[in-house]
Amino acid sequence: MSTKTVTLSNGQQVNFRKPPRSGLLLSAAAWIVGFLFVAPVLWMILTSFHSESAAATNPPSFTAPLTLAGYRSFFASGPWPSLINSVMASVVSTLLVLALAFPAAYALSIRPVRKWSDVLFFLLSTKFLPVVAGLLPIFLFAKKVGLLDNIWLLIIFYTVMNLPIAIWMLRSFLAEVPSEMLEAAEVDGAGLILTLRKVVAPVVMPGLASAALICFIFSWNELLFARVLTGTVSQTAPVYLTGFVTSQGLFLAKVCAASLVVSLPVLVAGFAAQDKLVQGLSMGAVR
Amino acid sequence: MPKKSSLARSGDWARRMPLLPAMVLVFFVTQLPFVFTIGASFMNWNAYYPDERGFNAGANFKTVLTDPAARKAIWVTVLLTASVVLISLFLGLVIALLLDRKFLGQGIVRTMMITPFLVVPVAAALLWKHALYNPEYGLFNGMLTKIFGKGAPQPDWISEHPMWSIIFAIVWQWTPFMMLILLAGLQSRPMDVVEAARIDGASPWQIFTNMTLPHLRQYIELAGLLGTIYVVQNFDHVFTITSGGLGTANLPYYIYETFYTGQDYGLASAAGVVVVILTIIVSTIALRTVFSIFREDQR
Repeated sequence: MSTKTVTLSNGQQVNFRKPPRSGLLLSAAAWIVGFLFVAPVLWMILTSFHSESAAATNPPSFTAPLTLAGYRSFFASGPWPSLINSVMASVVSTLLVLALAFPAAYALSIRPVRKWSDVLFFLLSTKFLPVVAGLLPIFLFAKKVGLLDNIWLLIIFYTVMNLPIAIWMLRSFLAEVPSEMLEAAEVDGAGLILTLRKVVAPVVMPGLASAALICFIFSWNELLFARVLTGTVSQTAPVYLTGFVTSQGLFLAKVCAASLVVSLPVLVAGFAAQDKLVQGLSMGAVR
Repeated sequence: MPKKSSLARSGDWARRMPLLPAMVLVFFVTQLPFVFTIGASFMNWNAYYPDERGFNAGANFKTVLTDPAARKAIWVTVLLTASVVLISLFLGLVIALLLDRKFLGQGIVRTMMITPFLVVPVAAALLWKHALYNPEYGLFNGMLTKIFGKGAPQPDWISEHPMWSIIFAIVWQWTPFMMLILLAGLQSRPMDVVEAARIDGASPWQIFTNMTLPHLRQYIELAGLLGTIYVVQNFDHVFTITSGGLGTANLPYYIYETFYTGQDYGLASAAGVVVVILTIIVSTIALRTVFSIFREDQR
């Protein structure tokens, strides 16, 4: 009974099992907890495919017939402009972030400026200041230069909001490029572009992709600034969703369909970036 | 880091150039507005009364610290942040421990756990408000009826427990975050040492309290502090679930209201400065933690 099975996983992590029965219990507990956490999302998916009357029953009707009525009524309510604005704001700002963060990360790792770690911590500290305190000045500035209700204002704001995270992430990936390889490339007379393409890119590409996905998620989710700085023309999808804050009779299937459609890009991006999610969220402190 | 490689010896400005655009932007969009906010916080400035604009010394701060609504907002912010962070940190630790062992479907359960974090916050808040908490057709009361029959209690969750309604909706989204960081911490444990302790006859509980917890300490700190920084700023859930009503307006919501509806720019700025001060206290500690992990990493 007391023999301990030692399981090697990935060849490096040594795991051990307690006697089989408690092991089984713990596995069951993990499954139950996982299910409880995902259950609201499953309920949202199921409800979004129910008719409004089936969605509003008590007790809940789990086996009601499925229909696309919720989605039809959501798409009929004109969400496209806001969805397109969201795509625009998050995709363009993510591209800008990468274009600005890559050179910056390069200057903080491969050819580091003096006091590069001070620069890094300055960038991190800006992330720690609550954005709400900058709301008024940015609003007044936008009003003065006529950028209110202009999607470009949000694009610029999201770019800067995500820059520190992206720089931190990219820096930690660039730091993994072996310096011997860089020196070898230099000795061989490879120019900057060639070095970036042949030596740096292969190592950082996966990191670049996950940094992009994380920036995309943050911009897509943002509500406060989008709500204050946009109006009818440039409102984003989260602002559109705030239209559902007050109840409008039987509308649960529609709300669930809307929430799901708006969350879909984030779910896809998040699952794709799953392994690097922690690193991005902890500003690169945890790998 | 290559400290004195041949690569590392070219002109200072040539090195700084790639950094400049990012730094200039960050400075103008994050630092400058704060300077402006500090200035505005000392002014009598309401867009409805443009003629009365002027310096009013510390009157706004006096209002923030004495006005019942503002004081309530400070208290709500502290309460909301502390409860969310502590509850989700505890749940995150338990779940990370459950997931840090090999079992059938480990990857699937991990993915299931991450899902709540990947729902757009407004959408998640709408889901909790309408599909779960609703007293007539929400899933919670629906399940109560299903299990206990017709006479089951049907609480109006949001009106009866507004704070807890918001807290649990946020906990649901932030537990995965805590879990991910703590799981990363657990998996960075030197397992050979743990194994040696086991062979020497240490009980699982002894290993947990004497080895796992001390190793996890900095990860727990980091998760707690980062969680605090994100949750202090929460606007989406408060806005969606109660619209700041029933005594749930936190500082970000109070600032939004004061500025957007009340048009009192001076008072909103003063409240903003208070949030910044609150956050600076927490983030100084957070920065130190990140820095110590960072230093270990650079060895």
